[in-house]
Amino acid sequence: MPEEKNSILFRLREQGAGSVLLLLAVVLLLAAFQPGVLHGRNMANVLAQSAIVGVCAVGMTFVLLSGGIDLSVGSVLALAGAVGAWSCKVLGLPVPLAWSVALLTGTVCGMLSGALVAFGGVPPFMATLAMLASARGTTLLLTQGYPLSGLSPSFYTPGWASVGPLPLSGLIFLALALAAWVLLRRTPFGIHLRALGDNPETARLAGLSAPRLTLAVYGISGTLAGLAGVLMVGRLWSAQPSVGIGLELDVIAAVVLGGTSLFGGVGGMGGTVAGVLVMGFLDNGLRLLELSSYVQQSVKGLIFVGAVLLDLALKGYYRKGRSRDA
Amino acid sequence: MDDGFLEMRGICKSFSSVPVLRDIDLSLRRGEILGVIGENGAGKSTLMKILGGIHQPTSGEIRSRGQRVCFRTPAEARSGGISLIPQEFNLVKDLCVYDNVFLGAELHGPLGMLSKKRMQRRTAELLAELGTDISPTERIANLSAAQKQLVEIAKALAFEAELLIMDEPTTVLTSHEVQILFRLMRRLKERGMSIIYISHKLKEIKAICDRVLILRDGEFVCEKPTAEMSLEEMASRMVGRELSQIFPPKRLPRPDQVPALEVRNLSVRGLLRNVSFSLAPGEVLGFGGLVGAGRTEVAETIMGLRRADEGEILLSGTPLKVRFPEDAVRAGVSYLSEDRQGSGILTGFSVTENVTLVSLGSYVRSLLGGSGSFFGLLDKSRERRSASHYRDLFNIRAPSLDARLEFLSGGNQQKVSMAKSLDTHPRVLVADEPTRGIDVSAKQEMYRFIADLAESGVSCIVISSEQEELLGLCHRVVVMRDGRIAGVLEGASLTEEEIMFHATGIREEAKAG
Repeated sequence: MPEEKNSILFRLREQGAGSVLLLLAVVLLLAAFQPGVLHGRNMANVLAQSAIVGVCAVGMTFVLLSGGIDLSVGSVLALAGAVGAWSCKVLGLPVPLAWSVALLTGTVCGMLSGALVAFGGVPPFMATLAMLASARGTTLLLTQGYPLSGLSPSFYTPGWASVGPLPLSGLIFLALALAAWVLLRRTPFGIHLRALGDNPETARLAGLSAPRLTLAVYGISGTLAGLAGVLMVGRLWSAQPSVGIGLELDVIAAVVLGGTSLFGGVGGMGGTVAGVLVMGFLDNGLRLLELSSYVQQSVKGLIFVGAVLLDLALKGYYRKGRSRDA
Repeated sequence: MDDGFLEMRGICKSFSSVPVLRDIDLSLRRGEILGVIGENGAGKSTLMKILGGIHQPTSGEIRSRGQRVCFRTPAEARSGGISLIPQEFNLVKDLCVYDNVFLGAELHGPLGMLSKKRMQRRTAELLAELGTDISPTERIANLSAAQKQLVEIAKALAFEAELLIMDEPTTVLTSHEVQILFRLMRRLKERGMSIIYISHKLKEIKAICDRVLILRDGEFVCEKPTAEMSLEEMASRMVGRELSQIFPPKRLPRPDQVPALEVRNLSVRGLLRNVSFSLAPGEVLGFGGLVGAGRTEVAETIMGLRRADEGEILLSGTPLKVRFPEDAVRAGVSYLSEDRQGSGILTGFSVTENVTLVSLGSYVRSLLGGSGSFFGLLDKSRERRSASHYRDLFNIRAPSLDARLEFLSGGNQQKVSMAKSLDTHPRVLVADEPTRGIDVSAKQEMYRFIADLAESGVSCIVISSEQEELLGLCHRVVVMRDGRIAGVLEGASLTEEEIMFHATGIREEAKAG
């Protein structure tokens, strides 16, 4: 029944407080077994390790909100990184230009998928699955399967440098998330996106252009995957053709853990940041606990399920007399 | 030009060479309310969608103040001053009221940032003009149907619409809310707003419209001032024949036997308090009251869609334990949902598949011996026989039994939904708003099915917001208010006034209506 809509609790829940609680729970749980999790240096480390998934997750949040899905981010990341590295090394482009080429590669890939969805009527799952395959193939063609290394060292900077104690890549992720939050909550674009994901018919009747929005959303996702590709090259000091395989699932999991619906309309950027950090802390903490990597995988699975159950419980799904629209 | 605020001339429209509108003329003056009536499939909605820029006419022209206009998109129609409020509201349920009011035309500052404060203030002004205190920052999902409608109207006002098209605006409203809406419509009209009002409820047309336009099978039938037309004339011009009697005669139930269904002290926290009633075999029991009074919740609790906190349900004297809907179905209770599109039918499934959806277990030819087992194969020919039985019984008009339900009209979809509910051979049928949004002749048929069903000994609960329906169809009527039973009416006390009195608790309101 109608709660006091200005109450702090209500606002928190609207803004994805569930995922923040989840983040706290995961961190505290890990810290209980391994206090090292809470050390400042370790936290900075988590932020650095989360940056790549995080940058992609920002883009994915847009895509999911609009009612789509982007399975291609892992492959696009690899392709963009390889194209960037190649244009730096082989074409000899100056580093900033090579970065731009990488980002642009991502944009083009994203907009190709977007165009298939928007104008071709291809379901997002299939359009981006096709991009997943062909971007990976193109990467392998370009690199002939070998890593590209020995670039001008400044190309790597965004992937590994720090600003004081904080990793540059992590700061890039947080800054992007903030910008995306503004875009989603404070501009017509954000409202239109959520309207499209919630109820496409309403959006159409309101005179919104679904194709243009769709194109923009996949373009953003692709561009950010391109940026993540640059970060990845910087972290590995080389462009690896097989990097980012399966990354899309981590990205989607992070966004959904952050409270964004897989079916569009519902969610936001605050939750995504929390979701990304949950994933980061999980990986980091389980590694610090020195569990075998097999056990790590299983524990991760359990925690995913637990997180979704917890979120549903917080939303009152299991309360007595639940209604059909719970 | 005779003050032609809006004129449609010779409008024709075909969908893949099937004509749905033939040579329709329509004219509208400023500050006039025009009723458009016709059975489902008569072309009302298509005509309105042409006006709203959703469809383009195949031929014919639209003139606004003598100027020829052409609306290629909803946005163009909107900037031409036309606002269409569809039956299923066009609101984004997860956004706030003010976001919806300004959707597609947000106010923003120089940097492209939303001017939230300005939009909220303007929305609050508009809502205040409409005489409601809905908060601009409330989420749509938390609003009632009547409130959503007000938001739609506020949206139209925000765009400075001069013509408001309302498609079946009252189907989701209670009679009290309808009166409020009508008062509002008269106020808008005095301000010079023109309104096109589409409805199946002829009484409402008579009450609110200046003129009425009747369509039948995509053709113009007549157009007259409402004052010159009786309800009977409207109905027969719509249907194209005399409607003898809408309601079948009531046959007396057999109240001396054990009640088919007895509900004792049913309570659901925050929704229902101490609801008790009983239903004789072959009785038609109506449930009246305002939307939100708890009528649907009673049905949902009986069906196991909600958990009861207290109370018991007896079926032919035996206590019924329902934890899930399938328990109720197995015990012989069937539910016809009020939300046909949402939960009543599967629009992507064929007629046959819909009819046998709930009773599918009984069509399995078991491989292990015995019947009703899920380890077996479906007897497709028996399914088809069943479906064709219902098609003949209910006069379901469908291209074939394999046609997907999305291609059927609302009335025929509802008949399929009814067939689905009956194919489990229930002892008790709970029908929630069984005639919502269907045309007069389909309604008449639904009434006959329910009466025949009762005659055959099945007990029926009919939840309805249409009082004539409760009066014409039911032996007794339970009126609910705020989750409680406010009164049970029968015999001489079963009148519209009494229903209103119990539903609202205000006798004056009933008289004013």
